[in-house]
Amino acid sequence: MNEIIRVFKAGIYKDNPVFRQILGICSSLAVTNFLANSFVMGVGLMFVTAFSSLTVSVIRQFTPKHIRMMVQTLIISAYVIILDIFLKAYFPAMSKNLGPYVGLIITNCIIMGRAEAFAQNNKPFISFFDGLIMGLGYTLVLMSVAFVRELLGFGSLFGIQVLGENWVNWTLMIMPPGAFFMIGIVIWVTSKWFPKEEEKGGAKA
Amino acid sequence: MIEINPLVIFFASIFTNNMIMSNFLGMCSFIAVSSEIKTSLSLGQAVTFVLATTSVLNYLVYYLILVPLGLEYMRFIVFIIVIAAFVQLVEMIIERYFETLYYSLGIFLPLITVNCAILGVSLFMIIREYDLIQSFMFGLGSGIGWTLAIVAMAGIRKKITGAKIPKGLEGAGITLIITGIMALAFLGFSGIVQIQ
Repeated sequence: MNEIIRVFKAGIYKDNPVFRQILGICSSLAVTNFLANSFVMGVGLMFVTAFSSLTVSVIRQFTPKHIRMMVQTLIISAYVIILDIFLKAYFPAMSKNLGPYVGLIITNCIIMGRAEAFAQNNKPFISFFDGLIMGLGYTLVLMSVAFVRELLGFGSLFGIQVLGENWVNWTLMIMPPGAFFMIGIVIWVTSKWFPKEEEKGGAKA
Repeated sequence: MIEINPLVIFFASIFTNNMIMSNFLGMCSFIAVSSEIKTSLSLGQAVTFVLATTSVLNYLVYYLILVPLGLEYMRFIVFIIVIAAFVQLVEMIIERYFETLYYSLGIFLPLITVNCAILGVSLFMIIREYDLIQSFMFGLGSGIGWTLAIVAMAGIRKKITGAKIPKGLEGAGITLIITGIMALAFLGFSGIVQIQ
């Protein structure tokens, strides 16, 4: 139980992949112009991270050390293909919105990082949980960036207009610079709120 | 196939559709490596070379092998393997024949395999249905655009080493804010050429 709480804390703020480890920014920024997009992207990433961590952990005793990178990449790609086909079949419009960024989950450093740093040395169940929570931490950051961008850029949340008729859209927020400013501010704010503490046996990044 | 002059794609991918500034690709190494002008220039050259060649290779693999066999959904795995294998091959060749080049470029080559921009260009090229020449120009232009951005960033970061930066913003934070300002500057090009 302690293990679970520790992993949970690490994923959400102590070692949050985006603002603490600066991983996976590549794919995270492009989809943050709408809340719905970032939600789907985040859930997809949770799925891929959790299951690839599980798989890596299950076969960790049988994988030769020197080809483990290749094996991990192939495992991740397999889950991303599943995700891609699933999205194409059930949410074609969303799949079109996300475009190449679904495929780019493969090169998202978070998944590889978790496989290498955690799943490689831990039991399957806790690895699965770790992947899930790391994905959740990533989703939370993504959603908070998307919240501000969509609110200021379109005056809406999840596509529903919330700011009245007189709201003038900040076009800048939905353009690329807005994403860079927002993620910079998120890193700034979080480093103020959760200053780096000396970790007592916390999960290693 | 869509009718766009390959030269338009070339310039658009350098300025208006810059990989970093408008597609957010290749950010990981962009933040990690952009601390010195010389190293970022070397990395940029390596990325440009790999981008230009792998976009052609992946084009050929996709349209000559995967499409006839009906295996389009396998493209993620296949592209990654092609890129990894090609990078490995290049590394072996330049280690054997161009030793000086190996010492300036060699250490960056393994890094490139996991650069999102490489896979991103290949995926964009499939989605936008470019033909062979357009793909090559797109890859080359994206590489040059990426190099331009990372070298400019390294220059700026060198200038601000002595500056007083708010505590929480040091490192990645300030880099992202600067990138945002650079992206604003790149937006100024958007009237020249536009590709979708």
